Amino acid sequence: MSSLPQILFLLVLGAAGFILYKRISYIRKTILLGRPLARNDRPKERWKTMALVAFGQQKMFKRIGPALLHLIIYVSFIVINLEVLEFIIDGLAGTHRIFASALAGFYTLAMNVFELLALGVLISCVAFLVRRNLMNVPRLSSAELKGWPGLDANLILWIEILLMIAILTMNATDQLLAYRGVEGYIPLGGLWISSSIQGLFEGLSSGTLLFLERFAWWFHIIGILGFAIYVTYSKHLHIFLAFPNTWYSNLEPKGKMPNMEVVTQEVKSMLGLQAPPEATDQSEIGRFGAKDVTDLSWVQIMNAFSCTECGRCTAECPASITGKKLSPRKIMMDTRDRAEEISQSKASGKDGNDDGKSLLGDYISQEEINACTSCNACVEACPVNIDPLSIILELRRYTSMEESGSPAQWNAMFQNVETSFAPWKFPPTDRFNWASKLNQEEKKPTNNE
Amino acid sequence: MSNTYQVPTMAQKAAAGEMPEVLFWVGCAGSFDERYQAVTLAFTKILNKVGINFAVLGEEETCTGDPARRAGNEFLFQMQAISNIQVLDGYQIKKIVTACPHCFNTLKNEYPALGGNYEVMHHSQFLQGLIQEGKIVMKGGGTFKGKRITFHDSCYLGRANDVYEAPRDVIKALDMELVEMKRCRSKGLCCGAGGAQMFKEPEKGSKDINVERTEEALQTGAKTIAVGCPFCLTMMADGIKNKDKEKDVQVLDLAELIAKDQGLSG
Repeated sequence: MSSLPQILFLLVLGAAGFILYKRISYIRKTILLGRPLARNDRPKERWKTMALVAFGQQKMFKRIGPALLHLIIYVSFIVINLEVLEFIIDGLAGTHRIFASALAGFYTLAMNVFELLALGVLISCVAFLVRRNLMNVPRLSSAELKGWPGLDANLILWIEILLMIAILTMNATDQLLAYRGVEGYIPLGGLWISSSIQGLFEGLSSGTLLFLERFAWWFHIIGILGFAIYVTYSKHLHIFLAFPNTWYSNLEPKGKMPNMEVVTQEVKSMLGLQAPPEATDQSEIGRFGAKDVTDLSWVQIMNAFSCTECGRCTAECPASITGKKLSPRKIMMDTRDRAEEISQSKASGKDGNDDGKSLLGDYISQEEINACTSCNACVEACPVNIDPLSIILELRRYTSMEESGSPAQWNAMFQNVETSFAPWKFPPTDRFNWASKLNQEEKKPTNNE
Repeated sequence: MSNTYQVPTMAQKAAAGEMPEVLFWVGCAGSFDERYQAVTLAFTKILNKVGINFAVLGEEETCTGDPARRAGNEFLFQMQAISNIQVLDGYQIKKIVTACPHCFNTLKNEYPALGGNYEVMHHSQFLQGLIQEGKIVMKGGGTFKGKRITFHDSCYLGRANDVYEAPRDVIKALDMELVEMKRCRSKGLCCGAGGAQMFKEPEKGSKDINVERTEEALQTGAKTIAVGCPFCLTMMADGIKNKDKEKDVQVLDLAELIAKDQGLSG
């Protein structure tokens, strides 16, 4: 037998590996545009969170319908990829179904499981396509999904459908060839699902079948490698990033905002509680809050790459529900887009983040961040523990502390807190006046009791 | 004339060389907002009736800094927080109870990073404890018996701090029929006032958040909407006014419900 297919396979595998390596390094570099953040505490709790939320898909099950369809695709993704191992060995060694003889009956069982899952994926993807494009699910048809994000979502479903059709075609033709006694093909003794489509191919000559079987094999393996590369450009990165993203979850109570240590030093020195920070420290102080993605932490940028744009956050956001401009999903999409813009610009030797643009202003508007009630509904809703609120609050910090650009009513509130020690303008000496009402009411005639 | 109810201040306690069991952190809304003053009074009366050794800071209390921090002004937040911590630590406060989830969240979660470490409870948790210990025995019956009530989760109590059961336990003790809204507990819809929204007009939109939430509350058919937060109280009460329902539906804080049950309300 010619070893040409093996050489070809090695080349394809090598090329895919090289491109993937490049893409992964690029994504890693882009994520690390963010500020350092140490989040390695409580490892036990982190592994547990990852196991429950990413591996166990705990939060998906708040919506049972999509959760089940998604579970089928997810389980299939993991299980069918075991078959890819065989593909790779076969491809490199020039063998065919190398595990078949060793595993015998178990191999047939495994293939049947794979086929069942492939059928499940086919059905789920069709259901998702129908749901996304024909049923009017608001979070799947919002403005921010126009163009590439919407196309991306559909492409993934189509690619998965094609890959599954390839697997079933391959098995159907493979078994027909085996029954015809063609050399190298091994009868597996009954593949339930692919055998039901064998009727489509029965009339074909063995030569055509051979071509079809090989075509489906190559299509599937190249398809999977291509898909792996495609994913790095797509919203679909969550299939890998959900794991680190949940591991690096915020484990603090959701209501807790991180303290800004730089501010503490200044405030303490203003109040005479400690010596003012050294002058040399001053130069190291960056911006207060975030104007651009480079002011965010690397975890926040990883959050953006982990986002699969499902829109559960936006569907739960009170501002979004009542027609305000804010959409937590858009916050994440904008963060990723801007991070990639900077990263690509840097890679091509251009200005990077000194391009006169910034996340706040060019991507996210004041109106959006001003609409947030900090209610944490988006954080709670995210199936992979993304925290859009933390980004919004950092943008607000920048607006307030660097630009004094908060809404006028907030500036008035700040002034009240500064001068009256309450957000409303009451004299501080009136604060305890309520106590005088405590025993007054007793004297009033009442009719409630 | 003897005063039935007492509100000692920390300054008085300290002068007398006493240490109260718990500090009641009243909060700005509880101090200044006329409507929420009623909640402060109701809770104070409960503390008196149960015989809790408590105190307030009185004029020494100032804003925790929560709205400033959420609106982005970290400097102002820390100025407030550090000053408050000085006062609290000056009195060697160990335990705090507050009827405001925003104060609760800030004192409990955010003061430790600035050196202020206290055991902080929301008044729903405190009331839950008193009920469980048998210190408050609900009279039940009367005006509340069997009546429908719904509870609006405050974001800063619920999602922010995972306190969902304490307020519900308080309501259940009242012998009322608790009907949940469609969006409740971890899926509860915000009243619209969190994140310093209380202090500004909402951004442009198709609807006000409190109206959306009020509609949901009204759908339960409950004539009482229970809340555990001063901002939620304002927002829900405004929503009820917006719907012209103020004659039929009342918005009450948990402490007010208990005080009414106990015949403590004015």
